[in-house]
Amino acid sequence: MSGQVTIVTGKKSRGGGFFLGGLAWIVGILFVLPVVWMLLTSFHTEEDAAKNPPDLGAPLTLAGYKSFFDTGPWPSIANSLTASILSTVLVILLAFPAAYALSIRPVKKWTDVLFFFLSTKMLPVVAGLLPIYLFAQSVGFLDNIWLLIILYTSMNLPIAVWMLRSFLSEVPVEILEAASVDGANLIRTLRSVVAPIVTPGIASAALICFIFSWNELLFARVLTGTVAQTAPVFLTGFVTSQGLFLAKVCAASIVVSLPVLIAGFAAQDKLVQGLSLGAVK
Amino acid sequence: MSVEAKPDTKASRRATPPPGSEGTLMRRTGDWARRGPLLPALVFMIIVTQLPFVVTIVVSFMDWNAYYPDERGFAGIDNFRRVLTDANTRHAIWVTVVLTAGVVLLSLVFGLLIALLLDRKFRGRGAVRTMMITPFLVVPVAAALLWKHALYNPTYGLFNGVLKWLFGDNAPQPDWISNQPLWSIIFALVWQWTPFMMLILLAGLQSRPLDVIEAAGIDGANQWEIFRYMTLPHLRQYLELSALLGSIYVVQNFDAVFTITSGGLGTANLPYTIYQTFYTAHDYGRASAAGVIVVIGTIAIATLALRSVSTLFREETGR
Repeated sequence: MSGQVTIVTGKKSRGGGFFLGGLAWIVGILFVLPVVWMLLTSFHTEEDAAKNPPDLGAPLTLAGYKSFFDTGPWPSIANSLTASILSTVLVILLAFPAAYALSIRPVKKWTDVLFFFLSTKMLPVVAGLLPIYLFAQSVGFLDNIWLLIILYTSMNLPIAVWMLRSFLSEVPVEILEAASVDGANLIRTLRSVVAPIVTPGIASAALICFIFSWNELLFARVLTGTVAQTAPVFLTGFVTSQGLFLAKVCAASIVVSLPVLIAGFAAQDKLVQGLSLGAVK
Repeated sequence: MSVEAKPDTKASRRATPPPGSEGTLMRRTGDWARRGPLLPALVFMIIVTQLPFVVTIVVSFMDWNAYYPDERGFAGIDNFRRVLTDANTRHAIWVTVVLTAGVVLLSLVFGLLIALLLDRKFRGRGAVRTMMITPFLVVPVAAALLWKHALYNPTYGLFNGVLKWLFGDNAPQPDWISNQPLWSIIFALVWQWTPFMMLILLAGLQSRPLDVIEAAGIDGANQWEIFRYMTLPHLRQYLELSALLGSIYVVQNFDAVFTITSGGLGTANLPYTIYQTFYTAHDYGRASAAGVIVVIGTIAIATLALRSVSTLFREETGR
């Protein structure tokens, strides 16, 4: 997508082109500024971070990061990684066959099924939270990372089904049918025709599912305690301390956001495909 | 909850069994072979998302507060009456509407303007695009903490720091969150959701048939006419898709309300109110009734929205 060439239409736009390009830069800088500010503050001492007006040239230090890691965030980061990665794997394992049954060899009323999946995204999660809590409480499943893995799977499954179906529907069925007549051809067709279409779809779906699971707060906050606590819950919990804490909060926010930032920057085009449920390719 | 959408002819052709597999038994096994791969996902979704909601409906008709376990029993429509006549709930409904509409509309407008800027060729376009999507990649809780403490804070936040830079020591130092609690939340969310809208709309802009637009330019249509009569109609379905997806997420927002104001200063939206009724007050019956009301409201809006978005995917599948 980003590689697509856009032709500047009309002759007049060339004159204002310089101005509009500059405007785009200003808007981009304004949007990224809070994050840059957070990054800079995270490297300041607490005393410098609390100065007003701010001191941009203050000496840089790792003290904020050190005091964040001293509060013991690793178990919650490990929990977040476990919940996000395992639920993403589960989502793909469930979504791929479902998407196949909705595109390549579609069941009857496949559009109804597809919209059923999307409609579950519209059920506000708070409406199902209480029964899940009561159930988990009665079977001793509270504060268990597997509960989050199952819930995150259900949260992301509709997105993945929609996306993968959208990609699979581009597979030329005629070639598949012709190839399935003799087996040797089938494997080659799968590798040379199907895989190039499907692999990017799986990558986009996995990226989006990982990001949404990593970010989730409400379920994690209500259903976990000290054992299965995730990184976002940990973040909300440690601002209560007295005294200056801005540099520490900024450092913590950077660390917790880092996996999403890296994944998102590395796969910007996949991000668009994923966010639009595969409608945009 | 399903929405009728016409299956396209290609798929219905595929769904009929191929010639040679006559006989109901054959067809039946064929149907199940088709359904097989779908069932794990479908059964999983029904158990995890639909079953709890059925329980919610049952509990919504019960008198059930965890602090008074002896008084558990049937309550009829009592919970619904209490929820709907409660001033706090009514206010929460209003806050939810304002928050969702405000965030979605503002991010759509900003997203469209920025997408138009980024649709042009200029030096460093890739870099600007990367800068633009950064807000969306900050974990929502971290973003809320950033706005609350590093930007809005009256004594050491960046906003008041900039005011001091500009106007010296006598500069006004407003307490942003206390003065405008709801708008503080809306702006923090608009900052995060504008990149989302921008990405989808930019993709829409780049899928325009450029030859037609060039021809219109040669025929003497000016920039505004091209935008109004060609670009905007083409973008319509992308605007609808981004508005629908944005609404799905923003209407359920919990992170920003929880972090920035903890639901105080009149900013508690429905998700936060239900969370509080259930998690702090332990009034299960009432929380469930509020949940049922939210779902009914969402279904009404979502049915309308789904109808419009289904046209986008029908066109896409009809290719």
